[in-house]
Amino acid sequence: MAAHLSYGRVNLNILREAARKELREFLDKCSGSKAIVWDEYLTGPFGLIAQYSLLKEHEVEKMFTLKSGRLPSADVKNIIFFVRPRLELMDIIAENVFSEDKLHSSREFHILFVPRRSMLCEQRLKEQGVLGSFINIDEYILDLIPYDGDLLSMEYESAFRECYLENDQTSLYHTAKGLMTLQALYGTIPQIYGKGECARHVANMMLRMKREFAGSQNQILPVFDTLLLLDRNVDLLTPLATQLTYEGLIDEIYGINNGYVKLPPEKFAQKKQGEASKDLPTEPKKLQLNSAEELYAEIRDKNFNAVGAALSKKAKIISAAFEERHNAKTVGEIKQFVSQLPHMQAARSSLANHTSIAELIKDITTSEAFFDNLTVEQEFMTGVDTDKVNTYIEDCIAQKDPLIKILRLVCMQSVCNNGLKQKVFDYYKREILQTYGYEHILTLNNLEKGGLLKPQTSSRNNYPTIRKTLKLWMEDANEQNPNDISYVYSGYAPLSIRLTQVLARPGWRSIEEVLKMLPGPHFEERQQLPAGLHKKRQQGENRTTLVFFLGGVTYAEIAALRFLSQMEDSGMEYIIATTKLINGTTWIKSLMDRPECQTP
Amino acid sequence: MAFITANWNPLGEAFYRKTELYEMSWNLRDGLRDSLVAAAPYGALLREPHRRSPSSRPQLEIYSASGVAIASFPWKSGPVVQLGWTVSDELLCVQEDGSVLIYDLFGSFKRHFSMGQSQVLEAKVFHSPYGTGVAIVTGSSRFTLATNIDELKLRRLPEVPGLQGKPSCWVVLTQDRQTKVLLSNGPELFILDNTSCTAVCPPGLSPQAGNIVHMSVSFSYKYLALFTDTGHLWTGSSHLQEKLSEVDTKKTTTPKQMIWCRRPKSQQPSVVLMWDRLLLDPCVLVGELDGVRIVSSTNQELLQEVPLVCQDIFKIASMAPGALLLEAHREYEKSSQKADEYLREIKEQSMLGEAVRQCVEAAGHEYDTNTQKSLLRAASFGKCFLTDFSPDQFVTTCRELRVLNAVRESSVGLPLTHTQFKQMTLQVLIDRLVYRQFYPLAIEICRYLKIPDYQGVSRVLKHWASYEAIARAVCVKVGDSPGVSYSHIAAKAYECGRTELAIKLLDFEARSGEQVPLLLKMKRSQLALSKAVESGDTDLVYTVVSYLKNEMNRGDFFMTLRNQPVALSLYRQFCKLQEQDTLKDLYNQDDDHQELANYYVMSGSEMIDPTHLRLSLLQSAVDEYNKAKNEFAAKATEDEMRLLRFQRKLDDEKGAGLLGLSLQATIEALLALGLHKQAEQLYRDFKVPDKRYWWLKLKSLAEKEEWEELEKFSKSKKSPIGYLAFVEVCIKCNNKYEAKKYVSKVAPEQKVKAHLAVSDLEGAADAAIERRNESEMAAVLSRCSASDRLLIDRLNRARTTATKK
Repeated sequence: MAAHLSYGRVNLNILREAARKELREFLDKCSGSKAIVWDEYLTGPFGLIAQYSLLKEHEVEKMFTLKSGRLPSADVKNIIFFVRPRLELMDIIAENVFSEDKLHSSREFHILFVPRRSMLCEQRLKEQGVLGSFINIDEYILDLIPYDGDLLSMEYESAFRECYLENDQTSLYHTAKGLMTLQALYGTIPQIYGKGECARHVANMMLRMKREFAGSQNQILPVFDTLLLLDRNVDLLTPLATQLTYEGLIDEIYGINNGYVKLPPEKFAQKKQGEASKDLPTEPKKLQLNSAEELYAEIRDKNFNAVGAALSKKAKIISAAFEERHNAKTVGEIKQFVSQLPHMQAARSSLANHTSIAELIKDITTSEAFFDNLTVEQEFMTGVDTDKVNTYIEDCIAQKDPLIKILRLVCMQSVCNNGLKQKVFDYYKREILQTYGYEHILTLNNLEKGGLLKPQTSSRNNYPTIRKTLKLWMEDANEQNPNDISYVYSGYAPLSIRLTQVLARPGWRSIEEVLKMLPGPHFEERQQLPAGLHKKRQQGENRTTLVFFLGGVTYAEIAALRFLSQMEDSGMEYIIATTKLINGTTWIKSLMDRPECQTP
Repeated sequence: MAFITANWNPLGEAFYRKTELYEMSWNLRDGLRDSLVAAAPYGALLREPHRRSPSSRPQLEIYSASGVAIASFPWKSGPVVQLGWTVSDELLCVQEDGSVLIYDLFGSFKRHFSMGQSQVLEAKVFHSPYGTGVAIVTGSSRFTLATNIDELKLRRLPEVPGLQGKPSCWVVLTQDRQTKVLLSNGPELFILDNTSCTAVCPPGLSPQAGNIVHMSVSFSYKYLALFTDTGHLWTGSSHLQEKLSEVDTKKTTTPKQMIWCRRPKSQQPSVVLMWDRLLLDPCVLVGELDGVRIVSSTNQELLQEVPLVCQDIFKIASMAPGALLLEAHREYEKSSQKADEYLREIKEQSMLGEAVRQCVEAAGHEYDTNTQKSLLRAASFGKCFLTDFSPDQFVTTCRELRVLNAVRESSVGLPLTHTQFKQMTLQVLIDRLVYRQFYPLAIEICRYLKIPDYQGVSRVLKHWASYEAIARAVCVKVGDSPGVSYSHIAAKAYECGRTELAIKLLDFEARSGEQVPLLLKMKRSQLALSKAVESGDTDLVYTVVSYLKNEMNRGDFFMTLRNQPVALSLYRQFCKLQEQDTLKDLYNQDDDHQELANYYVMSGSEMIDPTHLRLSLLQSAVDEYNKAKNEFAAKATEDEMRLLRFQRKLDDEKGAGLLGLSLQATIEALLALGLHKQAEQLYRDFKVPDKRYWWLKLKSLAEKEEWEELEKFSKSKKSPIGYLAFVEVCIKCNNKYEAKKYVSKVAPEQKVKAHLAVSDLEGAADAAIERRNESEMAAVLSRCSASDRLLIDRLNRARTTATKK
């Protein structure tokens, strides 16, 4: 069911299995039939761990969404609340429990806190007078969720906002805990590198936790050689840029949520020939996207301009495979052909899906608006006219383009200019307030706090130095057969990934100067391994690095890291972990105050 | 070799041997006569109050197994019926009045509990998988049981028919996870469980055997021995399903003690009986897992069945491989060639591995260190001739023997056999050493056996430290041993009323999660807060914060938070969701004008109506922004207020429904309503950039299809947004005719686009050719269809000339 998790260098299925086991154990603790009441936010992440079938096997008969008022009736013995430890949810639970007690007295209540139980919440339940109604109060430690064969995500949406705007380091505590769990399963990671305040904080907590558990030395041979912790605010630029890989574009345009994408149904309708396409499906088409799908694994990380060729090549291979049937003469050959049929049919439908998606995307990427936007982005990234008011942005505001698009561009300009001149800065802000409404003054304030948008404080703009030293702009990016990570943005090499690349070779010492320009400290820590666990590396065996993006990572960055893993001479394989998969839009949205009142 | 078998005695098919464990170092005035004695299993301690001697008070004395006095004091409580040791080495004294006093090893009183308000005739202390239990028989001939004294639940067993006073003898049995009492009353035998009393009959016991006067169960509760007043000894399974043997001892006096003497994998079950006055010196028998200890006033011996492997090796003229190997090694040490002969003999039967194993195993069973050594040397010698023999067993046995020899030392006094040690596990052994305060030895053992720190050394240190409870000394000694739970030590110190010491100790605790609750308990809330912050566990911080909030007055609470930015931010988060008003106070206290202003803006945005309230909130925001020296925000807010007033006015006058719209949307609305003058006014008042205003007006006019007005507007002055916009907007509104009007005005570099927009291919081609721009020509070409042959040719020609140049 989740075999794709075990294909990679590191078998992440171990982690998933551990999580499933714990879930089963909890469910079995509440014997008898059950109904689960879900904190809606959790259903997506849970889908990555267990399907409904697992719950069903453990006598889960009904599922509800947590909302105030009375619980829907269900003839079950146990009611289990799966919730994040949040006070407002406790109040709802209390309400549920109160209204329930009068009707049935025989039902048993349980709470499962994800990812951690909280004294504060229990206190609240106590104040509400319902704490005693719960038979079990437990925690389900779900920090790092295996997302794909080389990818872990905490699916913690507000991490960046909490860390940088609100100085709330809860997510970092969970990160450190998650990394401890990971180390318990995959061995102590001997080397830790990091850049940024949050990275430092996480590393400190990890070392501290290690000391707390000292004595119980982990006897597992380390799977990871290195851990690299990167703050998102070290590289604010990359997420703002439009991703140009296939997967990146799907995310930019349609949004990938917990591994699923919802697509407009029209393109997927004309499946059956002959039937009149009168009744078009109105439900969006929901597709799961991960490396379990062979074709998707092959094309997801390609620059979109190389996807067409890959798809048509695949089409030829598949039709050739179907042609094989004419060559099958003997019974044995026919039998073999038939045995391959299901696989081939799956491949064909996968191809059809992705051809449709690619067509949808192509309609957008070939539009003038897309092109103009990209041109401006690339101008900013190459440092063209970043110190003046940009006409394109001005026009877009005048045209009332979506606010988030404007904010992405303005922030990008600010980042590429190491802050905007006060005049330019004020001009943009005024334009935005006048056009989109005064209330966005709070959003602008947030962006300032987060460092995405800021007035220039020193006259020196150090972005060009960073760009040149780290080779962030590659003039002749090869989109078809890439030789450098810059292909993921058709020219721009993501800063975060360059840092990762340089760390592997030749090492950060060579870019000391640039590191000082980027925010937060950089550091290195070593964790002592017990004797006998030092890896004896075989000749030519790759090292494995876990790169943890605190505050989110984009699909394009992941693609770039996968590209580095595959490069023959890199000698390094990367596993990626993050608080949340983001793109410019979701990121900015998470920083807005009341994004819902934004004009569509 | 003869000397080893010198103390062996054959009985039936097995040999029994008696090994001296200790010469007792005590000096008992009257020997063991007239005292109540209790000995702990696994070889431990004795205790004796002299029973009700008329002249003086009884004395309670506690000794180690080697007779070293540990504690002694006069007994001041009531008469004691029975003494016993719990599994965790606590002393139980069952008194006549049913109360049970618990003392620790050092004679200090721990606690007491009661078995019910009735006279106790007899009591027994027993051990079961649940722990240590106590059973009593009361003056009313009823039995009461407690299976685990740590979780006291008294169970009164059913009445026994016909029983008057106490039964002639009884035992407690644990069978099938149930605790039962087996008792005899005259000729009858009963099994008493929770619900019933059943008469039973031991199979095969001859009817003329008489009344049962003594009974005994084995260590494992598997076997039962019964002694009758005619001197018959019956043995069998404790289920009373089968009989093992029946012997007529020809002694009609009741034995003083009757104890099973077995070992795991015994060849035969056997029972040791002791009668009073048969021996010169009164003794006490102590049943063990693998034998019987015999304690007398001068020495202590272990009587046990000789383990099979030892028999094999030491039995006279034994040809077992182990025996040969031992002999080979002996000859080898004498440099005699006979060594080779013996070896050869073993090897020929390919029994060398077996021989080594036998020697190692036998060494484990030997008490004498010289014998251990010679066996191990022989094993080591034999090992040399084996290629792939795992050394594990050898190494482990050597290590364990070293440990056992150390704890058998008279000064320690734990006469453990190897079998007992295996049964009790190393963990428990260390616990026992710790309990007896042999800290250095315990640590040495942990280090020697390489036990992980958290199970071994750290645990020992923890216990040691809680005993000493003196911060500095503790820290110097405990030092940095990872995994020491300082919070436990600190909690102990706090219990003893030494708060300061506890705080100092807590400082050494690595786990903040452990520090915080105790600190709160000790009312060191500030410290608790900083520890919580240090841990990074935000829930912990919240917990302390909410505690502080209830404990302190508001001013102090805020001041405390102020010194802890992390806690402050978390509290702000909490307030944002739960207590908006507090949030304001917090910002106020910190003079955080920027946030205060934002707060007002936030509150204002939730209040569209009534306008005056919103305005007053915004005014507060302006004031705060000014204080924060944020001119832009202050100005923007003032603008917003101005806009609001304007909107209010127009809404009142014309019902325009403008309130809450952005400036841009307001102007749009005004234009849509045809209120051009007002729109113009806003444009000027709010200094809307020309470009944006032009776009806005252009779109608005086109949408309303006011083409004349649009043309007039286009001519009002030079368009700041160029004229391509006019073309495109007209096309968007499906008016090609109007669009064409503006094409000529479009700047040269956008002309091609403009022509294309109105589908004028010719014009586009002309413009492109005129500008000699290749990509523009290509753009035009891509729009041409096959029918535009001429145009295509023309463009292609122009392209070639353009490229030539």
